[in-house]
Amino acid sequence: MDIGKDLVAASATPIVLAILSEGESYGYAIIKRVDELSGGELKWTDGMLYPVLHRLDRNGLVKASWGRSESGRRRKYYRITDQGSEELANQQRQWKVVSETLRSTPFMSFQLAPQGL
Amino acid sequence: MAKEEGMPVLEGRIHEWRSYVGRRQAIDAADVDELEDHLRNQVADLREAGLDEEEAFLIGVKRLGELDALSREFAREHSERLWKRLVVAEAEEEGADRKREAVVALGLAVAAALAIKVPELFGVRLDGSAAAEFFYARNISLLVLPFLAGFFAWKRGLDSAGLLKLAAPFLAGAVAMNLMPFEPGGSTMLLAALHLPMALWFAVGIGYAGGAWRSHDQRMNFVRFSGEWFIYYVLIALGGGVLMMFTMFIFSAIGLDAEWLLNNWILPCGVMGAVVIAGWLVEAKQSVIENMAPVLTMLFTPLFTLLLLVFLVTMVWTRSGIAMDREVLIGFDLLLVLVVGLLLYSISARDPQAEPGLFDALQLMLVVCALLVDAIALWAIIARISEFGFSPNKVAALGENLILVVNLGWSAVLYTRFLRRRTGFAPIERWQTAYLPVYAVWAWIVVLIFPVAFGFM
Repeated sequence: MDIGKDLVAASATPIVLAILSEGESYGYAIIKRVDELSGGELKWTDGMLYPVLHRLDRNGLVKASWGRSESGRRRKYYRITDQGSEELANQQRQWKVVSETLRSTPFMSFQLAPQGL
Repeated sequence: MAKEEGMPVLEGRIHEWRSYVGRRQAIDAADVDELEDHLRNQVADLREAGLDEEEAFLIGVKRLGELDALSREFAREHSERLWKRLVVAEAEEEGADRKREAVVALGLAVAAALAIKVPELFGVRLDGSAAAEFFYARNISLLVLPFLAGFFAWKRGLDSAGLLKLAAPFLAGAVAMNLMPFEPGGSTMLLAALHLPMALWFAVGIGYAGGAWRSHDQRMNFVRFSGEWFIYYVLIALGGGVLMMFTMFIFSAIGLDAEWLLNNWILPCGVMGAVVIAGWLVEAKQSVIENMAPVLTMLFTPLFTLLLLVFLVTMVWTRSGIAMDREVLIGFDLLLVLVVGLLLYSISARDPQAEPGLFDALQLMLVVCALLVDAIALWAIIARISEFGFSPNKVAALGENLILVVNLGWSAVLYTRFLRRRTGFAPIERWQTAYLPVYAVWAWIVVLIFPVAFGFM
């Protein structure tokens, strides 16, 4: 399924922060995790993840550090900071409001159009 | 079997991709490293899923996203909000960065300009005396290049380990030039004084690359930087000349002689300060006047090819030999330096993806002509050495000649392969960047080992 650009953009920060709250990770692994968690439904353009990570780093929500991969190649790892955890909690509250609002509108009672016809 | 043969193909593809992506202003070398790690992981996973290398690479690149959109996102990352465009914030932040950079550069330029006057506090005056000449000949590059290196150390945010590595060559140079018992005006001293700036320029390169001097892309960037720096320096020098002429003129109009001021302050300080300023300008204006050096290269490659062809034909026609004395020897070395320079800059500007074309054939012709001319010169040099024995000058000239001939010889082979479409362009580029340390090592040998080997004569 194609998810709209704006929604992808808006959800990128909480998703990345939430994945990093599971532990330190790096770009490719994060993309794979997103793929896994969404059952392949949420598709990002891989490269676009990096500017997001860099912004989070600059704003102090995650901390980047250069390390090595198993094969010895230079790899940049990211881990969530305390400030990032706070932001994650903050985002959580916001998303809760949004989803609860949506739930109480006719939005949720719409019949999904059957796909693939 | 496919894997055995395939590896270099993938490496070549990734190399081409790197230089293509790295050309984007918004994506710096570290970002490219990060993306490359991603791409390699992706390719490895796709290979495991049964795709061949070519397919895996193509899909991996496609998944990274369209390059224009990607570099736009990277550019936007420097503003506060990535997905929303706060254009004002972006402009402000960039402005502040630029201002700080300008202040640092100007500060370092002033420091470099004053550094040349510091020895005067210890009685070494720039007055044309033999003692002063002896001192400045050995130390002039040590008085200015550390400031340029320092600018890049600051700009690239080198850590303390990186700073130590960067400082080491300057310390080594300073110790060698001032503690070795040189004969004033001796040839080992002159050679060392001539090669030290080259040796230290490569040290500046370490700073320029932010310590990542092993990276071939960073090396190529430094090559581009060096060319642009040279052009800026010449332009500044021209402007400075005009400024000094007018200084003389207007002060003489009111009956004052400004010569003392010019010779003691404006000229020496300007010459030194401009080294840092030119470096900063290249760095700051990168996107504005990019690729000046390659344009000149395009212009002069055909002209020099023609010159060498005419020279060769004339020499054969008139059956004249080369009169071999020291000046001729140095002249031929310079000719080779020039040809390697033309080659290097046209390579640095060339789109690695482009098909072999007329200009590549011309390039090969230039290299072959230079090799022919040089083979004749080498023959004469060796004859001269076997007749008169070794001297520091001859060994230095011969060594440089051999280093350049090896480079040009292999370049000719690689160009031939490329023109016959046996390989891509990447090997040619890689050969040049891989060869750069050879020049650095040779320069250091002349500075550090020659004086000892030839007894400081």
